Amino acid sequence: MTDTPLLDLSGLTKAYPGVIANEDVSLRIAPGEVHALLGENGAGKSTLVKMIYGLVKPDAGQMQMFGAPFAPSEPRAARAAGVGMVFQHFSLFEALTVAENIALGMENAPKLSALSQRIRDVSDTYGLPLAPDRTVGDLSAGERQRVEIIRCLLQDPKLLIMDEPTSVLTPQEVEILFKTLRKLSAEGTAILYISHKLEEIRTLCDSATILRLGKVVGHCVPRETSARDMAEMMVGKLLQTPTRAGKTPGDVVLSLQSLSAKSPSAFGMPLRDISVDVRGGEVLGIGGVAGNGQDELLAALSGETLSAPGMISFRGRDIGLLGPTPRRAMGILSAPEERLGHAAAPDMSLTENAMLTAAMREKLDTGGMLNWNKARGFAQKVIDAFDVRTPGPGNAARSLSGGNLQKFVIGREVLQRPDLFVVNQPTWGVDASAAAAIRQALLDLAEGGAAIIVISQDLDELMEISDRFAALNEGRLSDPRPAEGLTVEEIGLMMGGAHGMEVAHV
Amino acid sequence: MDLSAINPILFVAGFLVAATPLIFAALGELVVEKSGTLNLGVEGMMITGAICGFATAVETGSPLLGFAAAAVGGALLSLLFAFLTQIALANQVASGLALTLFGLGLSALLGQSYVGIKPPRLPDINFGPLADIPVIGPILFTHDIILYLGVALVAGVWATLKFTRAGLILRAVGESHDAAHALGYKVVRIRTLAIMFGGACAGLGGAYISLIRVPQWTEGMTAGVGWIALALVVFASWKPWRLLLGAYLFGGITQLQLNLQGAGVAIPVEYLAMSPYLITIIVLVILSRDKSAAPACLGRTFHASS
Repeated sequence: MTDTPLLDLSGLTKAYPGVIANEDVSLRIAPGEVHALLGENGAGKSTLVKMIYGLVKPDAGQMQMFGAPFAPSEPRAARAAGVGMVFQHFSLFEALTVAENIALGMENAPKLSALSQRIRDVSDTYGLPLAPDRTVGDLSAGERQRVEIIRCLLQDPKLLIMDEPTSVLTPQEVEILFKTLRKLSAEGTAILYISHKLEEIRTLCDSATILRLGKVVGHCVPRETSARDMAEMMVGKLLQTPTRAGKTPGDVVLSLQSLSAKSPSAFGMPLRDISVDVRGGEVLGIGGVAGNGQDELLAALSGETLSAPGMISFRGRDIGLLGPTPRRAMGILSAPEERLGHAAAPDMSLTENAMLTAAMREKLDTGGMLNWNKARGFAQKVIDAFDVRTPGPGNAARSLSGGNLQKFVIGREVLQRPDLFVVNQPTWGVDASAAAAIRQALLDLAEGGAAIIVISQDLDELMEISDRFAALNEGRLSDPRPAEGLTVEEIGLMMGGAHGMEVAHV
Repeated sequence: MDLSAINPILFVAGFLVAATPLIFAALGELVVEKSGTLNLGVEGMMITGAICGFATAVETGSPLLGFAAAAVGGALLSLLFAFLTQIALANQVASGLALTLFGLGLSALLGQSYVGIKPPRLPDINFGPLADIPVIGPILFTHDIILYLGVALVAGVWATLKFTRAGLILRAVGESHDAAHALGYKVVRIRTLAIMFGGACAGLGGAYISLIRVPQWTEGMTAGVGWIALALVVFASWKPWRLLLGAYLFGGITQLQLNLQGAGVAIPVEYLAMSPYLITIIVLVILSRDKSAAPACLGRTFHASS
């Protein structure tokens, strides 16, 4: 047979104590094929690719490469057989240079000077500019990913595994990445592509395998399947599009008057002259390219950074000089973007994390003594209401997958009945059904009369749930406009900084 | 006070000797810390090396065998630390402190019958005519082989870390054990080897004190050099040559204050005795203002999860 598959997996099974990560998974990839691996968080995608890359040994099943048995005992063996992998969380060493990082991932690394030359050659060939002598710690997320890709390319891989490669990239960087991947595939390299982003898979991939709870539940040709159908195959049920009843904006809850604030971090973006009113029952969506003041705006609203008197008022009261605790007491709650370390303390249990933000509003303490039973009850309530998949509230926040922790972090605030809820990137790294649940929770909250500010880089999400839309650009906020009927061009202009006359003195 | 009693040539030759135990101990710890492990047991491994070396040299009559035994003794003791921190995943700080206390006790036990004995002397290397060069000859070419080994080891560690793949992998493990593991490097094995190297070096440093510098055995004779070695690694910003410099500074001031004591300077002995520690730390604090050099995974426990 001439079309021997490059990689042929049959009946792969891997169980961990208490959970079957992969059960009887079979998969074929032809040379030059771009194959998508789809599935919700915890569907077993990562375990499957770890088996191919030799990081995890399967309990049962066979792998074949070009018809020959393939059972890598360690990544080194997988690399030698022509498997390259670009990790979701970059496996790079920040204090080392690009060339040193690449040398570490190679079997027979040449001398650094020769290697640097090869890095330059490959980066030119594939349009991935990269200087070999720079320290990785100084590189952007997109550049770091290039380091990983070039590290793989230098080994002449037959199969390139990419785990969620675009979650940290700007749209332009995604474009460059896709060009590189298409070129590779044209040269005969197969690509196993893991992603949540269904539209990306539809543009890039030739075929897709869908995993659910560790089992293969279907195959499809992404170009001929709608994103919605693929999402439903992943989840195994019909997806609920977030819905809401009539819109009855209430009184002005939050009013910003020429809010300006320096950024707390050295590389941040200061807020410049932001004025906007948000009414009860309204969802204000704030878009914009990352790093244009999103984190700073959330910090100014949550009280992490204080602002001058007269800039922020909540129900007519000036709150610019109040810290997070009094603001929480008044009903201003927030959920920052960074889940581990900002929204939740990684090594503390869910109960403890619930206590940290909900103690006051849920009265989890009395006279300075903590009521752990009550806190546990509240954490359990969040877990139940938001379908957080975890053995129990006693588990550490770090042990939850990103999507599950996100559900917990959002749910924890939503259940405290905020009057104003500010959330940054509510569904970042969250799978389709969980994202829909989170969006629905936000809409329900607005339905109940709360004002919601959603800061996000996902424009589709903002269009789906916002009543009004505004964009942050260089720390300035565009005039909010009704979200309904906004065209992509108009949004692009708002994001690009066409704020009438203000452009002149940027 | 009679400063002319200080012979500058003997002084310099003396401080090279005084610095050598510190060079060994600190260099070993540098390698350990570069791999991402913090072993606070240097003092314990030094004193264990000191008695192992002393006892072996006395029993066999061969100082070189003594040094070999010291290296083995230090490495064996460090294996205990490696087991606790790498296999049992115990806290590194607590394990290191325990190692020091254990080493002090163990050495006192082993050394009971060796108090007051004089060990065999390790002869200086005969450089022939080189030793007759005025000034330079007596300073540089009248020492034993272990002292030169110390300097060579600094060069070797520096070159290994900077130019070889083994050094790169060691640094990588210290920078991010998770990333190194994902690339298929054996983090625990690499760290265990580094810890054993550190133990062997500390043992050599300890034996240099008991066989050459002092030369006799008394309980607790390393007198805090292990702790200075730990501080030296940090203040030298994990750089071998800067570490050598710091060790010579410390050795120099130690020697100077001994000479000043001998010359009867009118400063209380206590102040003179504390001065090497104080001055070394002050100078190194000033030198080490770039704090970025610490291995990112230093002191963090690695547990391979799938």
